Order: sequence, then structure tokens, then C-alpha cells
Amino acid sequence: MPVTARGIDIRRFLNTNAFRIAAVYFVLFAASVLALLFFFYLSTADFLEREIEATVDAEIRGLQEQHDFQGLVTVIHERSAPGGRADNMLYLLTDPLLNPLAGNLSQWPREARQMRPGWFLFPIKVSTRNGPETHNVLCSVFVLGNGDHLLVGRDLHDATVFRNRILTTLAWSGLIALGLGIAGGVIMTRNMLRRVEAVAKTTEQIIRGDFAQRVPLSGSGDEFDQLGSNLNVMLDQIERLMAGMRQVTDNIAHDLRTPLSRLRARLEVTLLEKPDTGRYAEALRETISEADQLLGTFNALLSIAEAEAGSRRDTATVVDLAEIARAVAELYEPVAEEKGLVLRFDAPRPVNVRGDRHLLSQAIANLLDNALKYTPAGNVALSVRGADQTARVEVADSGPGIPADRREAVFDRFVRLEGSRSTPGNGLGLSLVRAVARLHDGTATLEDNNPGLKAILTLPIAPEQAEPASSDPALAEGA
Amino acid sequence: MKLLLIEDDQKTADYIAKGLSESGYVVDRAYEGRDGLFMASGGGYDALVVDRMLPGMDGLALIATLRAAEIKTPVLILSAMGAVDDRVKGLRAGGDDYLVKPFAFAELLARIEALLRRGPASGATVKLKTGSLEMDLLARNVTRSGREIDLLPREFRLLEFLMRHAGQVVTRTMLLENVWDYHFDPQTNVIDVHVSRLRQKLDKGFDKPLLQTVRGAGYRLNVE
Repeated sequence: MPVTARGIDIRRFLNTNAFRIAAVYFVLFAASVLALLFFFYLSTADFLEREIEATVDAEIRGLQEQHDFQGLVTVIHERSAPGGRADNMLYLLTDPLLNPLAGNLSQWPREARQMRPGWFLFPIKVSTRNGPETHNVLCSVFVLGNGDHLLVGRDLHDATVFRNRILTTLAWSGLIALGLGIAGGVIMTRNMLRRVEAVAKTTEQIIRGDFAQRVPLSGSGDEFDQLGSNLNVMLDQIERLMAGMRQVTDNIAHDLRTPLSRLRARLEVTLLEKPDTGRYAEALRETISEADQLLGTFNALLSIAEAEAGSRRDTATVVDLAEIARAVAELYEPVAEEKGLVLRFDAPRPVNVRGDRHLLSQAIANLLDNALKYTPAGNVALSVRGADQTARVEVADSGPGIPADRREAVFDRFVRLEGSRSTPGNGLGLSLVRAVARLHDGTATLEDNNPGLKAILTLPIAPEQAEPASSDPALAEGA
Repeated sequence: MKLLLIEDDQKTADYIAKGLSESGYVVDRAYEGRDGLFMASGGGYDALVVDRMLPGMDGLALIATLRAAEIKTPVLILSAMGAVDDRVKGLRAGGDDYLVKPFAFAELLARIEALLRRGPASGATVKLKTGSLEMDLLARNVTRSGREIDLLPREFRLLEFLMRHAGQVVTRTMLLENVWDYHFDPQTNVIDVHVSRLRQKLDKGFDKPLLQTVRGAGYRLNVE
């Protein structure tokens, strides 16, 4: 079945949530406008009718006050004369047989013959500038003391005209209000749809593989902008994670292939040689040691990946960074002593942060391990301080330091400085430190210690009220 | 000593079983969770080595079922999942130790040995004694042949662990996990340095070394 592009467009438009919302609001709006106009009309009409009845009543009361017959006739004459003071009033005085005696009505109306008290409505023929017209008259009748009949009425033509004018005005204003409502609804719906469609279009492009796309923002800072900017932040993060993953894959390919092929070559060469148990054993031992190194690298990569994925965020509790650092310092203190280095630890008071004790321990251990490894002589200082809502772990050494232009690069995976290749290590320690810092919304940087290197880890301090959690007792007695 | 190995990967199971047999253990094998549970519920084994991910029935569910049935055979969990959370889950399910794949065979052997010769619960003992070495857990002092040895708190805990596993091989990872509660590789041989410090304090003034290094595996506190 052929469907025109326009047809699809309208059908889609009618199917949108925005349209549904607009439609509901329009119906509510229309109903309230109509109700308002209806009540306005009712009260106006009611008011007019009462006005007329009051006028007629007043006239009747005035005429009743005329006690003698001649006086009454005179007053009626006066009042009903053309150009008299009430030109849309009608009067008729008749004898008991309804023969007219005075007044501006030619004959007693058929509708009022019963002479019941109350209000009667009857039509009269009037000649106007526009030709003969039929007007309705509202009247009241009664019998005088001498048996004569009196009718006082009022021509309703003016009131009807007035009421019709109000009705027309109300109808027009209703129509205009509804028209504006529809137009506003359509514009709002269109506007909303355009914004939503912009998001949909961007996501479609991203799904198709164009990861550089971002949701356009209007700059107004409204909810759509907020949604868009949240999406953009999310996309940035995803892109960064993907880039990280890609880098890891590349690096694994490059850096693990070398030791793996070396390992393979060693085994192959050993097989080519003359069978010799002693040599075989030696080759196997070397192979195991290389395999262990590979596994170490693998585990380090996994730890980094885990920290970067933020998979442990849900286990984060409040921990004392000073205590964690103290334990790590204690672990490394004999290493420093054996190397003839002075390891100073300084953390005057507890510094509570929200985080993972194991990852933070590992990060500080990596920093300390680096400092001890690359400092040939002198001292290494580990300090933990908290100020301005920021916890600051510093590992300062008196070693050779790192040139300023390389201080960022060493955080990348597998990056090792020339001259450090002879020292054991896999080039992943600082990558883990940075990943752990990021996981905890913190930073990891390197600075000049004049002389030496200063590694700085900053983390946001946990809010006061939280209690520090104890370490995990489930792991204390495993074997 | 009779062990039950529940591991679905044929190659891994072959090499573990071979290694354990060569170390003097009798090893039965199950390749599937429900079979493993059936065999283990007989209760005829001294220890179970259970892979965490098994077809038929998950390793942790298997252990939980055994524990619910009051079968208290020690269990060593093998798993490729090494995050701290994963360990905690494994130990909560009723496992007694948790070893992350890949592992050195010496590590597996040391841990099985530790499981098989587990001493009484740590809370019940007040004094530990290994040959001439005595440790008072309440007074927190250590003597060798009546001569007091001055230890730092961490050295005390290190020695306590070694004494509880006296005569067994204890690996560096076991020490790092149990004495320091760290589950990462500190790269530098920090454990070696700590152990050699402890060794110096223990052997100072004595001819016979107490703490022995086992090549490629770890350490052993000799029972004189």
C-alpha cells in the first residue's frame, strides 16, 4: 500500500507522546474556555431579564398610584406618546370587555386574556426603518378597581439584540482562544519533537558507528539541554573507556607477544638441542619464570581494567586513608631498610575517604614500590594529609626524578623510561594508580621534588557523618 | 589422604590430578557439579578441590549444599574470578580457601596441605608451641628455649601464622593474604624481606635455623 511521505509524517506526528500531551492539554483548555463563556453568558442573560422585569414592575406600581380614572389615562397618554420617556414600553387600558381606552397597543393580546397574575410573552408587529419586524413583548396584566384592565409591557427587541451581540462576542472569543490553543499545541509539540528528534538522530548516527557525534544543545539550559549534556558526558566516558580498551588490546598484542614468542623460541631451541635432562630442567625453570612474569602482567592489566570499569564502586565504604598508607609503609619499611634508604611516614590524623581498601592499598603500594626501586640512595617520604575536602597522599623521593615532558606519559600502560629497563617492572604500576584515582573521583600526578620525584594522589574526603568501616573479616583466616 | 577434584576442564583436571598423585595424594575426579556433589556427600574425602564454574551445578551452590547437609570436609575453591568480592562470596558460601587461576602448582599444594592439617580454631588456643619455640597469644610474647624474642606486631602475626602451619610449606601469597590481608602482587619481594628479618630475630644466638626457604614455593617453619 503506497503511503505518501506526508502521510507517514502526520501519522508519526499523531503517534508521538508530545502530541498526546498537547492533545490532552488542548481538550482541558477548550473545556475550561467553553465552561467559562457559558457561565458568563448565563449570568448576563439572567441579569438582563431581571432588569426588564424590574422596570415593568416599577411602571405598574407608578400607574397604580393614579387613583382617578382620568389621571391614569393622562399618564398613559403621556408615557406612550411617540418620543415619550419610555419608548420601548407598551401600555394598554381597556374596559372590562377589553375595548381599548388608552395606550400605545392597538388590541389586547390573545396570550393575556386569562388575566392570571404573572408574566406573559406575546409578539407584536412593528414597522421600523428596515421594514416590518416582529418583536417579543414581556408584559404583566391586572384588573383595576372599576373593572378596567391594564397591561404594561416592554419590547424585548433591544435586549434580544444585546444578548445576541454578547453571544456572538463570546462565540468569537471562544473560537479565537481555541484556535490559539491548537496553534500553541502544535508549535509546542513540533518544538519538543524537533529536540527529541535531534537526540534520536545523534544516537542513530552513533549506533551506525560514528562515535564522534554529540547531541546538539540549544544553549538555553532547559531540561532537553540537560538531557543532551548528560548524554554527551556519558558518550565521552564511553568513548574514553573504549579508547582505553582499544589501547589495552593493542598493547597486549604488542607487549605480550614479545615475551610469548621468546618463551616459545626458547622451548623450540631446547628441543632442537641434544636431549639433556639437566638442560631441559633449566629451560623449563626459565620458561616458568617467564610465564609467571606474563601472568603478573596479565593480572596487573586486569586490575587496571577492573578499576577503570568502576565495577567495585558499589563496594566502596568509608576508609581511613592514613591507616591504609600506614599499613603499606609498614609492608615496605624493611625493603627500604635493606636498600639503605630512609622511609619516613607522616600522617598526623585520620583522613576518611569513600573507597575500596584493597585498590587504595595497591595504588599506594605501587607508588612506594616505584620510589624505593628508583631511588639509589637517600630517603623516601610517604605522607597523608586532608585539607579543603581533599585527601592528599604524597610519595616523595630523592631519586633521579622524571623529566617534566615525560611525567604524563609514564601513566600510560607499558610506558617505561629509557634507563629503567634494567629494573624489574611491567610499566603498569602508575597506570593502575591513575585508574584507581579516577575510580575514586581523584587525580594522580607527578611533580618535581627538587631533587627527585613527588607522586601525588588526591581523593575527595568523605562527608563527616559516615563511620569508617573495618576491614573485611571474611578474609582474615583463609588457610 | 584422599582428595576429590571437581573440575570441568579436562586438561586442567588431568594436570592437577597428576601433580597431586605424584605428591602422594589419592585423587578422585568429577567433571560435573551434580556428580561432584553426589560423590562429596559420601563424606569419604579429606578435602575437596572445587572449580567455581561447573556445568550442572555451580561450584558455590555445591559447597553451600554440602555445608547445609553438615558435611564439613575442607574445600579449596579454584576460580578465574579474582576480585575481592568474588573471594568473599566464595568464602561465605562455605569455602575454606580461595585460589585464583592461573596458579603455581606449589601454591595449590601448599594450600591443600594447610587445609588438611588445620589446627583448632584460632579463638580457642592461647599458647602455640613448635619445638623449642613458644608463643603466648594473650601476653603476646615469644620465647625460644626460654629466651624471649622481641617482635614487632606484624612480625608476631607472621610468626603466629607460620607456627599454626608448622612443618607445612607456606607460600608468599598465603602470607600476604593471611598476615597482611592484601590480594595483590606487591612486585618487589617484600615478603622475603619480612621473613628474613623474622628469621634473623628467631635464629640470633642459635645454631639451628628454624625458618627454611623452600625453593620455588615459599617457607617452612621446621618442627624440631
